[in-house]
Formats: sequence, C-alpha cells, structure tokens
Amino acid sequence: MALQSLDIVRRSATTLPEPQARGAHTGQVAKLIDVTKCIGCKACQVACMEWNDLRDEIGTCTGHYDNPADLSEHSWTLMRFTEYENPKGDLEWLIRKDGCMHCADPGCLKACPSPGAIVQYANGIVDFHEENCIGCGYCITGCPFNVPRISKQDKKAYKCTLCSDRVAVGLEPACVKTCPTGAIVFGDKEDMKQHAAERIEDLKSRGFDKAGLYDPAGVGGTHVMYVLHHADQPMLYADLPENPKISAMVGLWKGVSKPLALFAIAATAFVGFLHYIGIGPNETDEHDEEAARRELEKTS
Amino acid sequence: MTNHWVDIKNADLVLIMGGNAAEAHPCGFKWVTEAKAHNKAKLIVVDPRFTRSASVADVYAPIRPGTDIVFLGGLISWLIANDKIQREYVVNYTDLSFIVKDGFTFTDGIYSGYNADKRTYDKSTWDYERGDDGFVRSDPSLTDPRCVYSLLKEHYARYTPEMVESVCGTPKDKVMQIWDMIGSTSTPTRAMTIMYALGWTQHSIGSQMIRTGAMVQLLLGNIGVSGGGMNALRGHSNIQGLTDLGLLSNQLPGYIGLPLQSEQKYDDFIAARALKPLRPNQLSYMQNMPKFHVSFMKTWWGDAAMPANNWAYDYLPKVDKLYDMLQVYELMYDGKINGYLAQGFNPLAAAPNKAKLNAAFAKLKFLVIMDPLATETSEFWKNYGEHNDVDSSKIQTEVFRLPTTCFAEENGALTNSSRWLQWHWKGANPPGEARSDLEIMAGLHARMRAMYTKDGGAFPDPIVNLTWKYAQAESPLPEELAREYSGSALKDLADPKDPSKITRKAGEQLAGFAELRDDGSTQSGCWIFCGAWGPTGNLMARRDNSDPTGIGQTQNWAWSWPANRRVLYNRASCDPSGKPFDPKRKLVAWNGTAWTGADVPDFKADENPAGGMGPFIMNPEGVARFFARAAMNEGPFPEHYEPFENPLGYNPLNPKQPQATSNPAARVFARDREAFGKAAEFPHVATTYRLTEHFHYWTKHVRLNAIIQPQQFVEIGAALADELGIGNGSQVKVSSNRGFIKAVAMVTKRIRPLKIEGKTVHTVGVPIHWGFMGIAKPGFIANTLTPSVGDANSQTPEFKAFLVKVEKV
Repeated sequence: MALQSLDIVRRSATTLPEPQARGAHTGQVAKLIDVTKCIGCKACQVACMEWNDLRDEIGTCTGHYDNPADLSEHSWTLMRFTEYENPKGDLEWLIRKDGCMHCADPGCLKACPSPGAIVQYANGIVDFHEENCIGCGYCITGCPFNVPRISKQDKKAYKCTLCSDRVAVGLEPACVKTCPTGAIVFGDKEDMKQHAAERIEDLKSRGFDKAGLYDPAGVGGTHVMYVLHHADQPMLYADLPENPKISAMVGLWKGVSKPLALFAIAATAFVGFLHYIGIGPNETDEHDEEAARRELEKTS
Repeated sequence: MTNHWVDIKNADLVLIMGGNAAEAHPCGFKWVTEAKAHNKAKLIVVDPRFTRSASVADVYAPIRPGTDIVFLGGLISWLIANDKIQREYVVNYTDLSFIVKDGFTFTDGIYSGYNADKRTYDKSTWDYERGDDGFVRSDPSLTDPRCVYSLLKEHYARYTPEMVESVCGTPKDKVMQIWDMIGSTSTPTRAMTIMYALGWTQHSIGSQMIRTGAMVQLLLGNIGVSGGGMNALRGHSNIQGLTDLGLLSNQLPGYIGLPLQSEQKYDDFIAARALKPLRPNQLSYMQNMPKFHVSFMKTWWGDAAMPANNWAYDYLPKVDKLYDMLQVYELMYDGKINGYLAQGFNPLAAAPNKAKLNAAFAKLKFLVIMDPLATETSEFWKNYGEHNDVDSSKIQTEVFRLPTTCFAEENGALTNSSRWLQWHWKGANPPGEARSDLEIMAGLHARMRAMYTKDGGAFPDPIVNLTWKYAQAESPLPEELAREYSGSALKDLADPKDPSKITRKAGEQLAGFAELRDDGSTQSGCWIFCGAWGPTGNLMARRDNSDPTGIGQTQNWAWSWPANRRVLYNRASCDPSGKPFDPKRKLVAWNGTAWTGADVPDFKADENPAGGMGPFIMNPEGVARFFARAAMNEGPFPEHYEPFENPLGYNPLNPKQPQATSNPAARVFARDREAFGKAAEFPHVATTYRLTEHFHYWTKHVRLNAIIQPQQFVEIGAALADELGIGNGSQVKVSSNRGFIKAVAMVTKRIRPLKIEGKTVHTVGVPIHWGFMGIAKPGFIANTLTPSVGDANSQTPEFKAFLVKVEKV
C-alpha cells in the first residue's frame, strides 16, 4: 500500500525513476534495540500481533523460552534466548529481539523479480507489498538475516514492516510503544546512534569492554540496530551474523547473469523471427497427426 | 511498599531477592532500568534460578530455596562487625539501645516460653525492661549486654560467611562481593532499595525473611529515605487493596484486627489497639484508634451504632483462631463446611495440595463460583483425564457459576504496590449475563436481609441493621462505595478550638483521617483511605504527572494512602535536628516552625525535633524494632528454620535440637504432616513461580498469551538432566508425596546444582499457570505437588521450597 507521506525511493524489479520532489528532511528513521536492557517479556511480540492483526498457532514448548519457535508469516518478531557462560564463568542470558533489520542496501529488494513487491521508503523502511508478491522466495535468498517467511496459505512473503503505517503518521512502531523497560527506542537514525553511544559508555563502566553498536556496513547499515554487550561476538546472540552481506547469488543475478539472460531471451526471439521470415511457420499435416495418434495408442 | 515504584529510580543499589521483578512486574521494573541508566545504580539478584531479572543484573548469586535468613543474617553480622551501619540513624531511630527483659533467652533455636505440645510460645519474656517511670530502659552507648544491639550481635554471630556458603550454597566470593556492595549504602548519601515478592512470603518463615530484610535496611539507614525502603511487589493489580480493605479472616478495613474471643469487652478491644507510648514524648499514633473504629462502625451500621451499645461492638464476630484458607480447607475436608463462595478465586489451582482440595470440595453441599472465567475450581467434579482424575458419579456437590464482569468492564479504584489508589474507567460492557461483583453481593444481601427480617433468627441485628443507602439497593455504584470508604461528616462538625466555627457540614466528604471523631459524628469505611474522595472530589482520578520535586514524587497523580503520603517514615530521612541526611534527595525537613518538603510529612506537622519524638510514630516506642517483642509468633529475632520439606533433615544452625529443624511455631495439621515427603524418596528441591507471559491461571484463556507461552514445562539444571538422562524438550514426571505432574523438560544452565552441607542438591523449577481449562495446551495444576503448611504468622503457604522426585517418562 502506498502512503502519501511515504515516498518510495526504490522498487523491486523496476527501472522507473523514483520521486524526488520531497526528501526525508527529518532524517532517516531507526529502531534501536538495547539487548542489554531487554528482559525478554515478549510484550513487543504481543503488540506486533495486535497492531498487525496477526495470530500464530498455539504451539508447543520445545525446551526453550522462544515461542513461537521461529518467525513466520504470523510472527514478524520474536525473542531468541541464549544461555552463555562467559570466560569468567558467570552465566549470561542473552535475549535478542529478532525480526527484519531494514537494511539500507536491502538484499531482499535486490533479489525480488516482481515489480513493486518490495519497496524502500525515503525514511529507510523496507516494506513488502504482498499484492505484488509472486511467492518465488528470492527475498529469502537475498536476506542475510533469514527473516522473510512465505505463507503456506497464500504463498506470499511476509515480514516486519517497521509499522510503516504508524511511522507514516508520526507514531513509533507498536513494539517500541509497548516496551516496558525502554529497551526499544525509535527516532532519527543519528539520534539513535547518539543514544546508543551513551548506553555503550554505561556498559563499559559495568565491565562490558566490548559493548558496541550493531549497524553492519556490509548491508549499508541497518534501520534496526542493536546495542550488544559483546559487539565483538554477534554470533553469541542466536547467530546474529558478524559480517552480513547480500548473497553472491543475488549479485550474480542482478549483475552479470541478468543482462546475459535478457540477451539470451532476446536472441532466442530474434532467431525465431528469422526462422519465421526465412522458412515460414511450422505447420502440421495429416501425416504428422496420424503418427502422433499411433504414439499415444502405444503408450496407453 | 514503604516507598513507591517511581522512587526506585532514585536508588543507588537495587537488591532483588525473594522476587523476580523483571519477570512478574515488567512494567514496574522499568524504574530499575531508570535507576541504572540515570543514577548509575547497580542491580543485585539473589535467587535459586538465574531469572529474567538476573539477565540484566550486575551481580547474580544462587541460593537454596528457603535459606534467605541465613544469607541476610550473615549480612547483619558482617555489617555490624565491619561498622557498615549508619550509627546516627540506628541509635536514634531504632530500638538497638533498649534493654530486654532478663527472662528472655534463646537456646539451640528455641526462644524462652516454648510449649512443644501446642507449638506456641508464651511471649511474656519477649519484651523490654521498664524503668521506674514506666518507660522502656535504654543504653544509648549500646554497651549493655542486655540491650537489643548486644543481643542482635550475639544472635547473628553464628551466621558466618562459611555457614552461609554451606547452608545457602552461595559461593563465598559472591557472598562477599554482594555484602560489600550492600555495605556501601551505610553512608547517608547512598541508598539501597529491596524489592521482594512471593519468593519471601511463600515460606513457613516468610514473614521473618521480610523482617530480616527490613533489619538490614534499618542498619544501613535506608528506611524512610528516597531510593530506599522495603518494597513488596504485589502480585495482583489490586491485592494491596484487598489487604487494605481487610479481606482477611481476622481483619477489619484499615488493618484493625478483629476482636479476639478473649476481648469480649469493648474497652479491652480498644486498649489492646490504642497503645500508650513506651518512651517519653512519643506520638504512638494508634492512640487515635477509637476515632477510626467508631467512624468505621458508623459506616457499616449507621444509627444502630451508638454509645449505648458501644458502637454495635456485639455485632462484630470474636475470632477464636485464624480462618485462613488452609484452615478452611481442613475444616471442609472434615465435612464441617456446607457451602463455599469462591469470589474471584480459583482455589483448586491456587491452594496447596490439589488432591486435598478435590476431596474437600466433594464434601460440600454447594459451591458458588463468582468469576469472569470458567475456572478449574468450577469444574473440580469433572474428569479431565490425568489432569483432574475424579469420579464424577461420587461427587454430590451442587456447583453454581455466576459470571462476573472483569476489571475492564467496570469503574473503580485499584490499589497498586505503591499504595496508590488509581481510579479506572470501564472500557467495555460485560458480555452476556455477567454482572458486577457489587450487583451479585447486593442481590445476595437483599435476599438474606429479607429472610432475616421475615423469619428472625438467633441474631439478625448485624444483617438487618446494615447501612444500605445506595440509590439502587441492588446495584450500588463504585462511586458510592468510594465516597463511603473515604468518609464524610454525619453532623455539622465544629472546630474543637472554636465551637462557633463549623469546619464540615453534615454530608460533606472529609479531607483526611485527622478529621475523624470518636463521638459518632463522622463515618469512614477504611480510615487509611480517608480523603481519597475528599471535599474537592475524587482524588484517585487525578492524572497530573508533573514532578516539581525532581525525584518522582508526583503528588497530584492519583492518591496514595495514607494522607497522599508517598514515602512512609519519611521523617527518618532527616537527622535528629530535622536536616535531610542527603539534601540531594530531600523528602521533608524541619524549617523552624513546621515540617515541609516534597512529601506529606509522616510526623506531627509542627513537632519541633528538639523534643525527641521518634520517626516511627505508628509504634508506641516511636522507633523501629529489631526486637519484635510479641509481634511475631516464632520469635523476636528472625532465626533460620528449614522448610518443612528440606533436603537435610536437620537445621545446620541448630543441629542438636530437632524441635528447631523447621519453624517451631508453625501450625501443622496432622494429615498435612503425614503428607510431607522425605529427602530419601524425594531428593530434589522444588520451587514454584510465575512467568511473564502469563497471569496466574487467567491468561491461559487468552489467545495472545497462549501463543507466546503455550505449554507447561519444568526447568531442570543441566547437571540433573545429565544424571537422569533427560533430554531438553522431552517429557518428565515430577512427583511429590502428594501427587505428580508431567511436563516438558526445559534443561537449562540457569539452575545449577548447589553444594549444601557437603552434598549436592538440585533445584527444580515448576512454573504455575497451567490447568485443564482455557485455550493453552492443557496441563497439570502445579499445586498438585505443594505442601499444605503456611507461615507461622500469615499462614501463606510454603510454595517456594518443597521436595520432589524428577523422573524420565
């Protein structure tokens, strides 16, 4: 859905120029998730379900606090709990809110072959427009964070929208609004980095020497960032990738292979055309039909 | 709470022990994160499990369930030995200098006056020495061997760091690290808050655990100051309101104890509650008790309460013993109760030893359930397979279900942990035939009253004379009740200093309990709530969050009992001369003529500090008590006693005295004692608790909650899982001597084995919440496992420490 206040700056599989009359004058947005303040209460999960009208299945306990057990077309965010014994021998319970990172350079959008199924707004949000989705799953290949999920019901891809509908009218995402400890904050990306810097200073004073911001350069930075106690080891947080990059397959498809393939398609059409004007159309006669009937009888 | 939620942001140190604030109070926990973020506060969590609170703590230490007094007793001893006490505070504001009676003794875990057959104490020696002037004798130098300080020091000398490590299983280096951090708050410029909840109350020595925490806070001078206090986190949105309004078997509203059987005379009843000062120039505020009590009796019985009948004193029942839930189910089990009305209560799930409850309910003639939900109790008679394996054909109890509104479908006030009465407005109409609890109770009353009026009875007066002045008799409005419990003038009130001046006209609401009178001219249904709906209207509905104080006092947000006071005992935040100990967090101060400041002073407003009046005006001593005198049933100083089901079979602090293994003053019914298990058969220590994702047994009826925590599980340490060959996510059976549950095993590093007295003890975590009703995956009631024994004072069941056996299924 296009919202008047959200200019689309990038659109999947489209070469039309983007609107340029307006800019994101208030800056690009970002959601900052302070993992070190998160208590894993899952209020954000519930707020997400409520705002977006999502209801996942009532599942089972798999021996973890992670419920539902994974992201799905009905669960756009969830808490991932990891028990980690640090070198001092003390236990840490690392709780990371997982979901779309809203990359500045979104692999999903790059990979998507369906025009307008994935868009990026001037404010930085990457949004799926399911009405244009063809269910090919290329966005999953394109995503370095393993976030999009294809619905079994309608074969379309779903993920967190960063509440683009709320943000468009000046509200914070639902998860941010509900977070009881202020572990999730939202605003201008530069402001969020400033806030993160203060948090990191506090964490360093508490002995977390490697505390830092997760805003990976490999995807051009993200519009969902984390404050981590162990920024040098993002993998500790339920396999948060250390250096996320868009899959080489997407690069290949959008880089060399796409023009080559387009050329191959055009060449085939051209050869066909030459055949038509040089030799004429392929036609069947009575003899061909008779031969085909015999073949059919043999097989039946 | 002595303080309030917002005030936690002013703390320099937060100790969460006997609770799990992040898990069970995530919204309030935000103030801990505020303290950390803006006040550089440190957070300590001491808990048998590494909890959600521990996940954001600076220091975590494990502890064996039920041994908190050892940890805190050791701390008291260490604070004294290392002079980490705020001396000016303890000398002036506590009873440390008071001399204790000669006959008072403590030997091998037993105090003087014990009667082993009755399991009670004769408490006559548990008192202070009086001087010739009738007042308590004291030694401000704290050197007298019989002063409270000397006795306290001697009592806790046995609680060494080595003893703590051996009994609690807490590693000594963690113990020392935590004690050192806590000791740092003995300076006047640093404050620690203690946040606790059911992890302290639900033990057979629960009240004493809380007292030990309070004693630590007194030694450090952390009571009455901003950022300090003893802060009980209440488990329901209105459980504070429940206790305030006296919904306990031995209480009237406002913490006025019901008359005892021995108090047949009105004067005896009053004398025992309106205590005379024990020290010179002390306020002993409860001397005002007759004003509060008479105003209360006028609320309930109006004109029928008059001087000639001692304000209808005979209408009040005189209690022979506590009728707490454990007592009631014992009587029910014995067939001595015909009918039971469970109003907003699901005892089959919430009370200990489900099998006993099933049997008890089956002996009732009728059971009435008032609830918005179809509770397990309302279906106790129906077979739900293993989850409720009963033979319905053998149960004759008639069950009535009366659907009620839930909180969002009615107006009213909820009293939170901060003691704030916050008015709320109905958000939706109730479904179907649901009626409010008020309507149901009013309808019941109208019918009972009609029957008593028509047929008489042994003593119909308290029923037929009950005041019932609501516009619609069968549907009183919450607003009408609120005005009633707050209080009003029944006659024109004349100024005592100038009788020609009328201060309140008849019918006008009162501004506070200082206006209450003992001559029948005022009414107030709950004196501590007096002023909540004052002459200017409903103060509970205020939503002004402006904070000119800068320390979060927000005096115009809702209304806080008593008298809109936000921090109790706030006089103690000043030195004896009336200057704040820490000017940066000033609550009140003496300005030369009056006490003023950011809070309503908890003191006589014009009392010159030179007079020496103590800050603890509710105590006849005027000071806080380390020595509880006769107020506690198991002794004046908290002593460690093992949980009734414990892995040791003896008390390491009193190994020679079997009477002192578990609480010697706890009431234990014979059949409940028989149902206790022994460590030989049930070697694992279990503890029950709640999860963030659910609220008690309600939210398993709610889809969103069921999605985020769908199925029953138990938490088992990795070491025990290895020992028993239990895989994460597999099914296990957990049994106690009273029954079993089956659940998914969550194998975790967050529960570690503890070395207790040289042997390895494993803890098993049993979340409550599941049952056989609702839309989450059906499960077993956790209280199938728990023992039916309570705290010796409050009778709160021992849900936090008992014995089980874990098996692979």
